[in-house]
Amino acid sequence: MYVLARRLAFYAVTAYVAVSVNFFLPHMMPGDPVETMIASSAGQLDQRSVAALKAQFGVGTGQSLWAQYWHYWGQLLQGNLGISISKYPSTVAQTIGSALWWTVILVGTATVISFILGTLIGALVGWRRGSMLDNILPVTTFFQAIPYFFLATVLLYLFAEKSHVFPNSDFKSYDTNNYVIGWNPGFVGSAVGHAVLPALTIVLASIAGWIVGMRNMMVTTMDEDYVLVAQAKGLPKSRVIWYAARNAVLPSISSFANALSFVVAGSLLTELVYSYQGIGSLLLNAVQSEDYPLIQGIFLIITFAVLAANLLADTVYVLLDPRTRQEA
Amino acid sequence: MRILRNRKTLAGLILLAVFVFLAVFGPTLAPYPALEIVGNPWEGPSGAHWFGTTQEGYDVWSQFLNGDRAILIISFLSGIIATVLSVVIGVAAGYFGGLADNFLSMLANIFLVLPALPFLIVINSYLPAGGKSSTALMAAIISLTGWAWGARVLRSQTLSLRKRDFVDAAGIIGERSWRIIAFEVVPNLVPVIASSFLFTTLYAMGTYVALTFVGAVDVNTPWSWGSMLFWAQGDQAAASGAWVWFAAPGVAVALLGTSLALLNFGIDEFINPRLKAAGLTRKGLRAAGLHHRQTLGLTPVLRPSAAPVAAQPAEIIEETV
Amino acid sequence: MSALNDPVLEISGLSVDYGFGPNAVHAVADASLTLRRGEVLGLAGESGSGKSTLAYAVTRLLREPGVITSGSAVFHGAEGAQDLFDLDADGIRALRWSQISVVFQSAMNSLNPVLTVGVQLTDVLRAHSKELGRGERRERAAELLDMVGITADRLRSYPHELSGGMRQRVMIAMALALEPRVLIMDEPTTALDVVTQREILQELGELRERLGFAVLFITHDLSLLVELADTIAVMYAGRIVEHAPAEQLFRNPRHPYTEGLLGSFPALHGERKAMTGIPGSPPDLRHLPPGCPFHPRCGHAMDACSTQVPELLPIHWEPTEPRRASCLLHADGYQAPESLKKTTLRTEEIGSTL
Repeated sequence: MYVLARRLAFYAVTAYVAVSVNFFLPHMMPGDPVETMIASSAGQLDQRSVAALKAQFGVGTGQSLWAQYWHYWGQLLQGNLGISISKYPSTVAQTIGSALWWTVILVGTATVISFILGTLIGALVGWRRGSMLDNILPVTTFFQAIPYFFLATVLLYLFAEKSHVFPNSDFKSYDTNNYVIGWNPGFVGSAVGHAVLPALTIVLASIAGWIVGMRNMMVTTMDEDYVLVAQAKGLPKSRVIWYAARNAVLPSISSFANALSFVVAGSLLTELVYSYQGIGSLLLNAVQSEDYPLIQGIFLIITFAVLAANLLADTVYVLLDPRTRQEA
Repeated sequence: MRILRNRKTLAGLILLAVFVFLAVFGPTLAPYPALEIVGNPWEGPSGAHWFGTTQEGYDVWSQFLNGDRAILIISFLSGIIATVLSVVIGVAAGYFGGLADNFLSMLANIFLVLPALPFLIVINSYLPAGGKSSTALMAAIISLTGWAWGARVLRSQTLSLRKRDFVDAAGIIGERSWRIIAFEVVPNLVPVIASSFLFTTLYAMGTYVALTFVGAVDVNTPWSWGSMLFWAQGDQAAASGAWVWFAAPGVAVALLGTSLALLNFGIDEFINPRLKAAGLTRKGLRAAGLHHRQTLGLTPVLRPSAAPVAAQPAEIIEETV
Repeated sequence: MSALNDPVLEISGLSVDYGFGPNAVHAVADASLTLRRGEVLGLAGESGSGKSTLAYAVTRLLREPGVITSGSAVFHGAEGAQDLFDLDADGIRALRWSQISVVFQSAMNSLNPVLTVGVQLTDVLRAHSKELGRGERRERAAELLDMVGITADRLRSYPHELSGGMRQRVMIAMALALEPRVLIMDEPTTALDVVTQREILQELGELRERLGFAVLFITHDLSLLVELADTIAVMYAGRIVEHAPAEQLFRNPRHPYTEGLLGSFPALHGERKAMTGIPGSPPDLRHLPPGCPFHPRCGHAMDACSTQVPELLPIHWEPTEPRRASCLLHADGYQAPESLKKTTLRTEEIGSTL
């Protein structure tokens, strides 16, 4: 399948660009990056770590920029993302590892739910064009314009503060006081419970895009002859809608890349509000503590995750649209 | 203009006008500066402080009035830069094709796939202090991540225009490429460019507010609703019951975004007239005695019934939904 | 040439508008037609004449903003006579495809691009022939493809993998899946090359022999209908202007418009004749001329033509002929010109024009 192979190559190039940007960015800023880091760590770093940082960022080693660049790549491919300043002595990889799963599960689940629900609603609104359902659109538009974090705060306020269903401040991803991470029922229950509000935030804020996109495509598709043929064939209504929706959903899948960028941004902010211990919170804390290795590491991991998700979406598209399998 | 007859566009335009007014006159109308202690901390709304005070004792209403200008300036500036970029890159890619197209498309796709907010956070974290508070620099950086989508749309539109006869004809009579692009291609792309501009501005607004909220940019200079949200969040305004402090800027941002989105809906329907509910509206059909919505595959029958009832023929109202 | 069989579809006084109220466009005005069992009725006219509108309106498939404003369409099916305009959604759905099916104009757009040919053939069976099992449906689908000369392995193909001619054949097979009584074909061969066109029409003829369905064949190509159709109805500006047995219409037209149409295409054999064409252009349906819609372009127009709208009636001076025309020239009190009074019989023509 050449289509997928080409996409894979493209993602490889993008990953390459991301890594390169990651490397060159600190070098483009005024000043010596490592000095800034040492200053911000307020003397917590020992000689060995300073040396490690200098080696990682190639400062003072007398190497040319290009040599440092290849060195950086070498480190990366060995899985060495450096040492975290704020979480010293943990490595970046370790720090990210513990937070990554929380985010992946939360964001993954919420995105899938949002996509499925949004597409179904959009198909229905598009099918029943001219009915009361069209009034959904401005409402969802409003919800989409609300900043993620604002929605998160409102929901947190409503459900946690007012009704005490959940703890308010320091919401976190599970009840850290009573449970330990592991496959015990208490933890799992708590984790799921704590995921409901953030997931709800993400779904509410992102669903409008899917609804509108699907609705517009549905309206366009219904003008196609084959939908009229489906009616002419006397097929049951659900089947006719299927005829149209099956085609209308394709652009939504191909626009998944764009949509994912927004969801990632929004999830970041949502995690902040809920003190959810995922990658988002980690990144923001890293920014505030000026932990550059961690910042870079997280950026790379997020980028790779997004690329992987895109590849998945591309695969789904190829499976759903037989025309792409024909090599012109 | 016909666009103005669209209910959604009109609503969006009015809403936007309110915000522009606020941006221009807000700071002048504010009774106090945004960051000056003028009252007791944590005061609720009162005659002296319409929106109450913050944890420091700043006047929330003044902060609110001051919060629009920076957002509008940065959003629109960023929108303009990004749209110009997307027009240049998108149209060039679509018109010239070949190697240029491959390269430019690859560039656009890369920027499209890179997660924008983390990317911007990373860039901003390396900026020196002066950079973090510069309006122009912020607009430029944000537009870096905002041009790609518009470029892709414009490229595909240009591709289909390219195949049209009038473009070929212009080439045959010897028109120079840049002239063809400027006078034949771009005028046909105006609605798409307008829509892209609105979308990009909306995106820039959301991104800028988000960046301020997480503290990736200078939170106090320039002052914006994002700044208010940053401080409100940090000082636990919601938990402390000072709901106006965090609700006012949030709702304002949402409404500003909605106004842009509404305008965009209107232009979308202009571009793709099929999205409008044209033809027979519910009113028209009901006046004719038909109570069901028109469904695909069941043409309505409006035969005069046995008892002649003189019904007023309703007009076709081209209603946009 | 079929003897007069029982009617299977009787359309009377059908009027179809686009839109409603003072701005409504009258796409079809007072059309009456009868399609008989096993007959091929050709519906001919230029684009905008209302022929497709008529056919889709009858089957209630007309898109927004079309509305049926008067008339009836009585279908004589397995359950007796039913007016298609009185039925509700379920009633129509039951009739659709099992009794009346449609072959749409462009096969590329009529086949769902993301479903295989097999699925598109079997889902009709699933909807209407519930007693069939999965294997039986597949068998039947293979049978249908075989009927139009396509191999069974094509069941797994997608529409874009087939040629234009094959797609059209699939459409025909699909339309005949439930062996309907009436097949409506909307310009089925317009998009095809002449060779494929002829093949398909030939296959159609054979299928008709076997299955005995009636066909309403819509086209702008009158010459195609002469061989294929039993009777032909010509439409102009939303009205049926002439309806006659095919050969009669071709040799002895009664309406000036038909005369003009026939003079517009050259014959392959026979003497060289000057092509006449028809001056002017079809009217804007929103601003129809008063009286007969054709009179501004008619070489035989009289004063009365600009005030009176002619009805579709039998020819006054040959009332026993099974044909009708809507022209005042053939009404009581008027004299028709010679060119519209020809009565050439088959044996009289030397060197036929076909």
